[in-house]
Amino acid sequence: MIKKLLIANRGEIAARIIRTCKNMNIETVAVYSEADKAAPFVSMADEAYLLGPARVQDSYLNVDKIFSIAKETGADALHPGYGFLSENPTFREQCDTAGIIFIGPDSQVIQKMGSKIEARRVMKEAGVPIVPGTETAVASPDEAVQFAEHIGYPILLKASSGGGGIGMQTVYSAEELIKAFDGNQKRAQTFFGDGSMFLEKKIEAAHHVEIQLLADEHGHVVHLFDRECSIQRRNQKVIEEASSPFISDETRQAMGKAAVKAAQAIGYTNAGTIEFLVDDNEQFYFLEMNTRIQVEHPVTEEITGIDIVEAQIHIANGEKLAFEQTDIKKTGHAIEARIYAEDPVTFFPSPGTITKLELPEGIGVRHDIGVVSGSQVTPFYDPMIGKLIVSGDTRDEAISRLEKALDAYQIEGIKTNIPMLKDVIEHPLFKAGQTTTAFVELFYQSIKK
Amino acid sequence: MDIKATMAGSVWKIVVEEGQSVQENDDVVILESMKMEIPIAAESAGTIKAIKVAEGDFVNEGDVIAVIE
Repeated sequence: MIKKLLIANRGEIAARIIRTCKNMNIETVAVYSEADKAAPFVSMADEAYLLGPARVQDSYLNVDKIFSIAKETGADALHPGYGFLSENPTFREQCDTAGIIFIGPDSQVIQKMGSKIEARRVMKEAGVPIVPGTETAVASPDEAVQFAEHIGYPILLKASSGGGGIGMQTVYSAEELIKAFDGNQKRAQTFFGDGSMFLEKKIEAAHHVEIQLLADEHGHVVHLFDRECSIQRRNQKVIEEASSPFISDETRQAMGKAAVKAAQAIGYTNAGTIEFLVDDNEQFYFLEMNTRIQVEHPVTEEITGIDIVEAQIHIANGEKLAFEQTDIKKTGHAIEARIYAEDPVTFFPSPGTITKLELPEGIGVRHDIGVVSGSQVTPFYDPMIGKLIVSGDTRDEAISRLEKALDAYQIEGIKTNIPMLKDVIEHPLFKAGQTTTAFVELFYQSIKK
Repeated sequence: MDIKATMAGSVWKIVVEEGQSVQENDDVVILESMKMEIPIAAESAGTIKAIKVAEGDFVNEGDVIAVIE
């Protein structure tokens, strides 16, 4: 049984994990960088040790130092949180070698899901729908057109080694495809030294919906329903909710079943999330799997009453899941708004000192937050400083509570995205539950003065 | 005229050389802050007289990055 847990993370998620450990009477060890020495999570833990300078390579990714602290303190388990070392298969193996329980799936699973091509292959084998596309490179424009006829336009033309949108283009006809092919191939060759091109069906007006999974080490897998996460900026989520207001209960069940089946097929253990793209006709396609706890997990906790961190620890202890699928019920609706230290218009970061912080309180209002009044928000880490989670009997009630909470949220000294959050939840498309992943780009830009 | 950092961060890339002429809004350096790359541009056209930082340096808001003439 886990008695002492080291949290290899920082900020709100470190604080969140420590809170559950206190409820479970598990001792906690925090590790921190010089930039975080005054952070709340450091004083919350039973013990806290300095990793090194602010730079992540010297601190939160400093594996040797983390292991030496784990050894010295006698921690028997490690929670990686999200980001940093959470999806690093080598680190997971090093934990095994060091005899420390890593709270997450085994390294093979982490590795498989970390590779886009491999994950796609594995999911297809498990019978999970993937976005239709070519399995191997297409050699010529003619071959591309032939394939495109099969899956239908619009088509996303992609460079296999591509990144940052280079060599990628959406085409709507054979004519456009022929025109785009050579140019993008040349560009990909120049930029990546590899001109091999792939085709994928372009899912237009896509909704991002994901399924939360829990799997024990005895082959038992359940899902905790879905989360809607379509509101994103710079590919980072901003507002998430459970359940998705867009999909039907029928689709919800089909997605849950597909996700459970996939987790069983790959031998998944602990908490994980399968992300899907859902088109306007509620067809869903595998996007990726996150083999760790997610930022937006609280909305699922609010509607199911299940503490996901607690479940992770029980699973890592080798215990059996305490519930069957049919025992898991959802009640009400929950919405999370991520609070970013950034300019609400340009989305540029806004580091600085928080001179005042007064958080709204009330029924159905929860804060997972990593800062207090007086905290320094440094430029070294992610700009997310906390999460405001509201819940209500209905979606309308949750939205109304979120509006009031955002109005009462007082933070000074740094810029935050709160004005943007207010605009988004006032938007008719948000109220109607019809937002897609293009929402922020298409509509928020037009709201801005 | 001084070109100043608009926020704290580390210098990720210097995209101009001393003596180079730049147009208004041309990028001079790119800062990295909170996992995001932030371009710092020239506020007016001119010649880069001096570059006051090196790649990897940490700068605070208001620090002079370069001098333009």
